[in-house]
Amino acid sequence: MAWSRDQLAQRAAKELRDGYYVNLGIGIPTLVANYIPEGMEVTLQSENGMLGMGPFPYEDEIDADLINAGKQTITALKKSSYFSSSDSFAMIRGGHIDLSILGAMEVNERGNLANWMVPGKMVKGMGGAMDLVAGVKRVVVVMEHTSKDGASKLLKQCTLPLTGVNVVDLVITDLGVFEIDKHGQQPMKLIQLADDISVDEITAKTEAAFINALN
Amino acid sequence: MANKVFPSASAALDGLTFDGMTVMSGGFGLCGIPENLIIALRDSGVKGITVISNNAGVDGWGLGLLLETKQISKMISSYVGENKEFARQYLAGELELEFNPQGTLAERCRAGGAGIAGFYTKTGVGTLVAEGKEVKEFNGEKYVLETGLVADLSIVKAWKGDKEGNLIFRKTARNFNPMMATAGKKCIAEVEILVETGELDADAIHTPGIYVDRIVKGTFEKRIEQRTVTKRENA
Repeated sequence: MAWSRDQLAQRAAKELRDGYYVNLGIGIPTLVANYIPEGMEVTLQSENGMLGMGPFPYEDEIDADLINAGKQTITALKKSSYFSSSDSFAMIRGGHIDLSILGAMEVNERGNLANWMVPGKMVKGMGGAMDLVAGVKRVVVVMEHTSKDGASKLLKQCTLPLTGVNVVDLVITDLGVFEIDKHGQQPMKLIQLADDISVDEITAKTEAAFINALN
Repeated sequence: MANKVFPSASAALDGLTFDGMTVMSGGFGLCGIPENLIIALRDSGVKGITVISNNAGVDGWGLGLLLETKQISKMISSYVGENKEFARQYLAGELELEFNPQGTLAERCRAGGAGIAGFYTKTGVGTLVAEGKEVKEFNGEKYVLETGLVADLSIVKAWKGDKEGNLIFRKTARNFNPMMATAGKKCIAEVEILVETGELDADAIHTPGIYVDRIVKGTFEKRIEQRTVTKRENA
């Protein structure tokens, strides 16, 4: 069985470490906040200008001045701080954030990432994604292994406009987990399979080259 | 000392608008947007505006109001996914669009206000964003040259302000407002609470009054885009 959205988030949560400052993207990455291991202290950064993001508010606590980067209403914690967008991206670009978990449309075997536009079709924009992948210490992508029509999203070369070049360290898909040596020459490594997924199946569904590094 | 306080958003805009002007508008999504000044800008009828703003509002609110009336000819933004009219006008070729990475946009505004002509950033190297721009290597890593931005007018929203134009923002409604306040040749701030000079804690002021030319007390709807809540367990 391929991993569900929540199982993907659960797997991504294994990349968290005590004391980390983390930025979570929109969609499945946001769910990672639900799986922070007991006893582990992780501080969530929201690029619209907040450190120490809390859970969604109760109905009577909703505050229009307190939202996350997905424009969702949230709450603050005792440790929270607020700052401007330029301070927020100084934090991101300056390498002060430990981990960024975000979604993707395509990733290639050298860690190139495309997740912001489909020419002629989708004009949403990159938001903070280009800054995050350029500046955050470790970048983890969480995505479906294939597109709706069954095409591999793990490619030799991305076909869509790029968000960053040699930026992705780890790719978690619903079929397995791949490690990328983004600044080196090591080939992409398959390090984990989703439950009941075979190496043959994942190989058949992956265009990018990789080596089997399963234990 | 000239009086900075104006009785309404329309009065505050008087004499500062012209066709083809560039306007910076603070806010992230609908959070911390200068709602009163956007409406006043619409009512002024000024056309051919280049708007620098992280987002383009939503259909029927915020900058979406100026898109509806086709007063905007170009947007410089990082994310416009919340606005169908925007997508329609852009895909139909009626609207020019320049995407900037969010951090680059914020820094371009900060630089513009601080007299910095340009800066090098790692963001966007090897992507469409870097096309046609100088790329330079520092310590073995590539950086792209981005330029500072200055607007004819910046419109910002703060929580509290005093008659000197000193501003305090609230929570995540701060976002782009402080940098944009510095990067307009003229800046108008709208505030929820306008107090006498001396009533704000000088140590708590986010934007010093030197950047603010005009200030107006507004009335606010503060619309919410994604109302996400936690259900209270029944006791």
